[in-house]
Amino acid sequence: MRRYILRRLFQGLMLLVLVAMIVFFLGRLTGNPVDLMLPEDALEEDRKALIETLGLDGPLHQQFAIFAANALRGDLGDSIRFRGPVVDIYFTRLPNTLMMLPGVMAVALVLAIPLGILSAVHRGNIIDKVSGTIAVLGIATPNFWLGILLIFVFSVQLGWLPSSRMGGFEHYILPTVTLGTFLVAGFMRLIRSSMLEILDSEFVKLARIKGLSETIVVWKHCLRNALIPVLTLWGVFMGGLVTGAIVTETVFAWPGVGRLTYEAVIFRDFPLLQGVIIMDAVFILLINLFVDILYAYIDPRIRLAD
Amino acid sequence: MRNLPWTAVGIIVTMLFVAVCAPVLAPHSPTDQSLAEKLLPPVWEEGGSTRYLLGTDVFGRDMLSRLLYGARVSMIVSALALLVGGGVGLVIGIVSGYVGGRLDSVLMRIVDAALAFPAILFALLLAVTMGQGLRTLIIAISLLLWARFARVVRGEVLALKERDFVALARVHGCSPARIMATHILPNVMNTFMVLTTLYVGVVIVAEASLSFLGAGVPPPTPSWGLMAAEGRGKIASAWWISIMPGIAITLVVLAFNLFGDWLRDRLDPKLRQL
Repeated sequence: MRRYILRRLFQGLMLLVLVAMIVFFLGRLTGNPVDLMLPEDALEEDRKALIETLGLDGPLHQQFAIFAANALRGDLGDSIRFRGPVVDIYFTRLPNTLMMLPGVMAVALVLAIPLGILSAVHRGNIIDKVSGTIAVLGIATPNFWLGILLIFVFSVQLGWLPSSRMGGFEHYILPTVTLGTFLVAGFMRLIRSSMLEILDSEFVKLARIKGLSETIVVWKHCLRNALIPVLTLWGVFMGGLVTGAIVTETVFAWPGVGRLTYEAVIFRDFPLLQGVIIMDAVFILLINLFVDILYAYIDPRIRLAD
Repeated sequence: MRNLPWTAVGIIVTMLFVAVCAPVLAPHSPTDQSLAEKLLPPVWEEGGSTRYLLGTDVFGRDMLSRLLYGARVSMIVSALALLVGGGVGLVIGIVSGYVGGRLDSVLMRIVDAALAFPAILFALLLAVTMGQGLRTLIIAISLLLWARFARVVRGEVLALKERDFVALARVHGCSPARIMATHILPNVMNTFMVLTTLYVGVVIVAEASLSFLGAGVPPPTPSWGLMAAEGRGKIASAWWISIMPGIAITLVVLAFNLFGDWLRDRLDPKLRQL
């Protein structure tokens, strides 16, 4: 298991290096990096100072060495818009995004597990068709529009829930549902297809021959195994979750990292966007590593492999 | 044509027709502003006018005309992005699968990396460094597509290259390039077509989301995502500006997904797990 985790860690670090290189070269190869990193009204001294500190008059590989050394020390430059270190801004916003995640996962699992299981157990009948339709609709509806629609119905028309910003419990409902729905369709399809496979397997037949009730067979023996693909394919969902968070936080004016990404784009704040992307890569790496460890823990085939 | 999803086909045909004929169909210019007539509701709501069947937006532009032209933007972006991203993925998939060996493992590691990192972040970065526009948008969405195409096509090629007709071509002295172009390529075209159809929906949503975030086509181009973004602040007083483009996106994406599912079952049922 140690080898498995080390290999995953190595792959994650390679990805991080790749992301840093792409971000770095995109910033250098398109026009003048000084213009990208300083406000338009920057003073001549500031420009000179920036060229000096980032070694912008030196060759590209030296510039990258400076960039990488700074990044390793936790210095990802200063935001143009917020006039402060990007890393500090990122960490003030991060908790707001993380606070939304438990709710998002709860919404996704609470909807996806029963729907996925029921549609597999009752394959082809009305329950299967209805949940299939929900999945297809969930994939076809753009996240940002679902958010706007929920605001329109629950804030504007019914007046039940607040439409934006952070606050008490009721402020969490619409954003978590919007972001959670994003995951439901994918989770559900995955659980359904792995359930179909497992319901056919030998150990389920054995459990039935032993005379266990159908409820125990399905909800205990099968479900545990059906959830494994959700973990294996977690990396794919992670990408969707980051995209979803940017869009959802924008719609609900939620002061998290997603909204920060959007602000970096609309204010054309290159240093901020560059820093956010690298920090996101670090977080994706950490979360994926955690899921890999969890996966190894749950699935003995991985744990006992070496 | 058994089980052809007729409703979906109907929506797709309408969408293509509208995209091509937008200039003829649209009652007004999609970009002409008329501030005196801004925020008019659709004709069935109180205060609506028959001159603007679906109402007007914040700048007094005709919603119907903008929606019709929006179909055009979605179709152009989808076609070009799928051509570029799908094409690159197709070529890399074929070469990686056929040549194999070290090249294959390097390419597949890059594919894994590309799939592990959210493409939207690079798309946003491109918009900031290269500036907004159609070209940036196409490159950004191609970045999202190529790895997905490459992975599936490679899988197909791995199976194909073990087949007798490929061995026969090799015995005949065909060069690897020729085998890939004349023997492998035609046999992965079905898969390619299915993937392309299934990804139209993904591209439309990606285009709309990027435009919504201010990193897609620049205003005043009538993109559905941009329209939804422009109406967001007016959701309480003028719901139609944001809600209508969303309905258009959902219907079209739904139609392409249903049609893609059908096509996959007909042409390439192996791909079912996608």
